[in-house]
Amino acid sequence: MLLRYLFILLIIIPIKAFALIEVDITRGNLNPLPVAVSPLSIDNESKENFKKILKQEDLGSEISIVVENNLRQSGLFNPLDKNAFLQEPDVANLKPRFEDWNLIKAQALVTGKVTFVDEKLRVEFRLWDVLAGKEMMALAFTTVPSNWRRVGHIITDKVYERLTGEKGYFDTRIIYVSEEGPKTKRIKKLAIMDQDGFNNKYLTLGNELVLTPRFSPTNQMVTYLSYFRNLPRVYLLDIETGMQEVVGDFPGMTFAPRFSPDGKKIIMSFAKDGNSDIYTMDLENRIVERITNHPSIDTSPSYSPDGKQITFNSDRSGYQQIYVMDSNGKNVKRISFGNGLYGTPVWSPRGDLIAFTKLHKGKFYIGVMRTDGKGERLLTENFYQEAPSWSPNGRVLIFYRETKTNSKGEGFSAKLWSIDLTGYNEKMVETETDASDPSWSSLLSD
Amino acid sequence: MNRNIFISFGLHIFLVIITAMSLPFLAKKPIDLPPIISVELIQISDKTNIPFAPKAKKIIEKVKEKEKKLISEQAPPKKIKKQKPDAVPLPNEKIKKIKKIKDEKQNPEKVETEIKQISEFEKKELFDTNSIAALIDKSKTESAETNKKLDKVTQDQDKEMDFAGLTLSEEDALKAQIFGCWSIPLGLPFNEDLLVRIKLQLKPDGSIIKTEILDHARMNRPGQGFYKVLAESALRAIKLCQPLRVPSTGYERWKDMQLNFDAREMLEG
Repeated sequence: MLLRYLFILLIIIPIKAFALIEVDITRGNLNPLPVAVSPLSIDNESKENFKKILKQEDLGSEISIVVENNLRQSGLFNPLDKNAFLQEPDVANLKPRFEDWNLIKAQALVTGKVTFVDEKLRVEFRLWDVLAGKEMMALAFTTVPSNWRRVGHIITDKVYERLTGEKGYFDTRIIYVSEEGPKTKRIKKLAIMDQDGFNNKYLTLGNELVLTPRFSPTNQMVTYLSYFRNLPRVYLLDIETGMQEVVGDFPGMTFAPRFSPDGKKIIMSFAKDGNSDIYTMDLENRIVERITNHPSIDTSPSYSPDGKQITFNSDRSGYQQIYVMDSNGKNVKRISFGNGLYGTPVWSPRGDLIAFTKLHKGKFYIGVMRTDGKGERLLTENFYQEAPSWSPNGRVLIFYRETKTNSKGEGFSAKLWSIDLTGYNEKMVETETDASDPSWSSLLSD
Repeated sequence: MNRNIFISFGLHIFLVIITAMSLPFLAKKPIDLPPIISVELIQISDKTNIPFAPKAKKIIEKVKEKEKKLISEQAPPKKIKKQKPDAVPLPNEKIKKIKKIKDEKQNPEKVETEIKQISEFEKKELFDTNSIAALIDKSKTESAETNKKLDKVTQDQDKEMDFAGLTLSEEDALKAQIFGCWSIPLGLPFNEDLLVRIKLQLKPDGSIIKTEILDHARMNRPGQGFYKVLAESALRAIKLCQPLRVPSTGYERWKDMQLNFDAREMLEG
């Protein structure tokens, strides 16, 4: 009997003694990650060469500023003040003294080197995990010197992806409608710029009214609507060559042409026999196919990223609401049921959310909801704002906002704004003129 | 006849001019596009030979000294825990016995002898009450977590302590510390399994000897790239937080510990 007890004790005691303590960590902080972006080191000879070509005093510093600004704009990173850095860029690039960077509370560090090789710009960069004391990534890029800002954006994309787990959105461009002049006589031009507002270019002269430019998700093509002799025309513009072509003249009101996810079709709504429905056009054979056939007004169609579904807005319930249907027009289902009117639905590139504009009690909201209509979140509220467009990673929305005019009709302006899915990181996107109808491109270097 | 030819010719010329003028791309130069950027991987040496900067060394030494001072100034947490059971109303006879014990707890030395004398049954009761008191104190609502903690012992029972987990307040202190250090990567897909289990080996002062990601192989599985980002963020949190806020006694029971980082709640919420 005693032996039996001893045997049981021998088994139980070690189990109890070595029971591993487990602690569940289910919360963290969403504070921006402290990152140090060291100026990229550059030798004197390269510095002189770049100074001659680009008129930039210190290209290494300039590229690091592009990276730093991008990271700060994202709201997910807190680039630390360069004045606090203890290590020189040339030394930091070889292998940093992590104690120095720990002291200033950096958790990640970006270092690099810029050289002038065979008339080209060569940029090496490294991303370090300061706390673990190890390298996370090392890449080098070679390009023409005038491309230096793009190199900064590509570096940011790589850093962003490595630290957040999702692709970046910095090496992208935004096409928008540039607006000038009084509200009653606006000159509207198509314009394109980098996502940070640099390298702005105008694509049309402003002779004709242009509306709703939209990027193709697969290449650098843009579709937009323009009025030629008061007739709406849908155009295709190739950003790479500057060539444009007319897709077709559509009688009656035509709205918001948009590409399918494979870039082979455009989807739009236009009025035929006094009734607005949704149509697609195959860009290869120009065959138009009717998708909806309902006496109500159906507009603003947008494909899901897999191309199997379409979201659009319709007043078939009596009020303008958001609907989802299969890409052949079947299984139409209403998904918005909140108070107010819903419009301009846009499917996220991630496929999980639909962004929309909502009008309720005289205020405009930009919001998101899940594709089944649940989980509606209003991200921002204003006097007038609409036309959200997703960043290629589905994290940020860009839209435009107009201001009120006073009694004399003065003070009107239209500006681009961006907001991320948290709803906290809202920022105005600088443009040379007033701007509306923005559309975000896919990643250029993907 | 000739007149008609002239009119036709004139109209055709007019049509060509109008067409040329109305097509904007004819007058425009194509947009100059940057050429494609080539990417190549580079390697660097694993270890550095760079000398330690004298400026940095001084600053690091100062910070270390400061931290040492702070640690030595910390007061032991024992006394606070002993007062917790006093606040609990106890309705029956069994609880009367416990009340006696608690009254005597005003003197810490006596408490030790009392505990040694009570039976196994009474010990169990005592543990339960303490846990309940702690629960009320902390306003805990999660029933699952409460059930787990009811079986745990207080810091005063030295003999039992070596075999048990952390008390609620010890666990809360540790959690609160790590919550502040863990920057959750926001790009993670929240419909995936976002649990990272990390086994720690700790020094008595709470600093880390060794960390081990328990499901390390998952990092290399296709489609699980996000797991590496998540695991690295958890490791950074541990390193940033060290020394961890561990109890001042009972090193044997917590020298090995497992932290389960789960980002789903935060990302879904």
